[in-house]
Amino acid sequence: MPLPDTLPLIGITWADALFMLLGGVAVAGALGVVLGRDIIRNGLLLILTLGAIAGIYVMLGAAILAGAQVLVYIGAISVLILFAIMLTQSKAAPAKLNFQTQAVPAALISALLALIFAVTLGGGGWNATVFDGTPPPEGTRGAADALFGPYLLAFEVASVLLLAAVIGGIYLASLPRAGQIGAEEEEERR
Amino acid sequence: MSLIAGHLEPYLVLSGLLFSIGSFGFLARRNAISMLMSVEIMLNAVNIAVVAFGAFAPALAGQGVAFAMLIIAVAAAEATVGLAIIIAIYRNRKTPLVDEYDTMRQ
Repeated sequence: MPLPDTLPLIGITWADALFMLLGGVAVAGALGVVLGRDIIRNGLLLILTLGAIAGIYVMLGAAILAGAQVLVYIGAISVLILFAIMLTQSKAAPAKLNFQTQAVPAALISALLALIFAVTLGGGGWNATVFDGTPPPEGTRGAADALFGPYLLAFEVASVLLLAAVIGGIYLASLPRAGQIGAEEEEERR
Repeated sequence: MSLIAGHLEPYLVLSGLLFSIGSFGFLARRNAISMLMSVEIMLNAVNIAVVAFGAFAPALAGQGVAFAMLIIAVAAAEATVGLAIIIAIYRNRKTPLVDEYDTMRQ
């Protein structure tokens, strides 16, 4: 049985319904990340937000990017963040005071920023074509041609940057404590 | 014809909304890891806008995805170094709250 063109009873198309669902989940999850009190739940909601954004990428016809998002963000960065949360949360850390004293001005400025974005970006005049959700006919070949053509240097620099970041991360995380350095020197003196 | 999902503006507005939420989290949260998570939200918001431009402008086909790939790689590097710095500070100061990192305050 073929599906009808629009959602039954409401009359909005499937693409619109999917966009509203994914966008709503992404925005609600992001609000939960910045407003929630429990930091472990913040980390788990971040995974939900990143997954919804991967769905948005699929709607834009960039399935390869959705795959990269799931692998890199959900698979690697989120796990890294959750591990860091587990390593740095002590019971003495206050669970009540989550926000800085400048939280209210920050909220006002962010709301103003959102308003400016909504007016300027949503105002139209982008001279864009209408996209019907079908992925480009050549598949991900366009992305590969761009990545290994005009952006080849950036691609190589990104690989060097990742290597440097990994080495720097290992070095920074294995630095001895400030008190330990003095203690070791004193032991050598004896 | 879809009214929302077939146009560029809703994607850009979603991107702007996510960016604003991330900027609020970065400015207002006390926990350094929460601030890092807010930065990740902001980077993802920018990625949505870049991919939307790539999908809706035929001259940019493929380039948006390539650009977003590079942004993801840089974000991974940023998260690695940022979390390593937070853990290194935590081992000295025993707190993840940024307003207690006041060693350099006069």
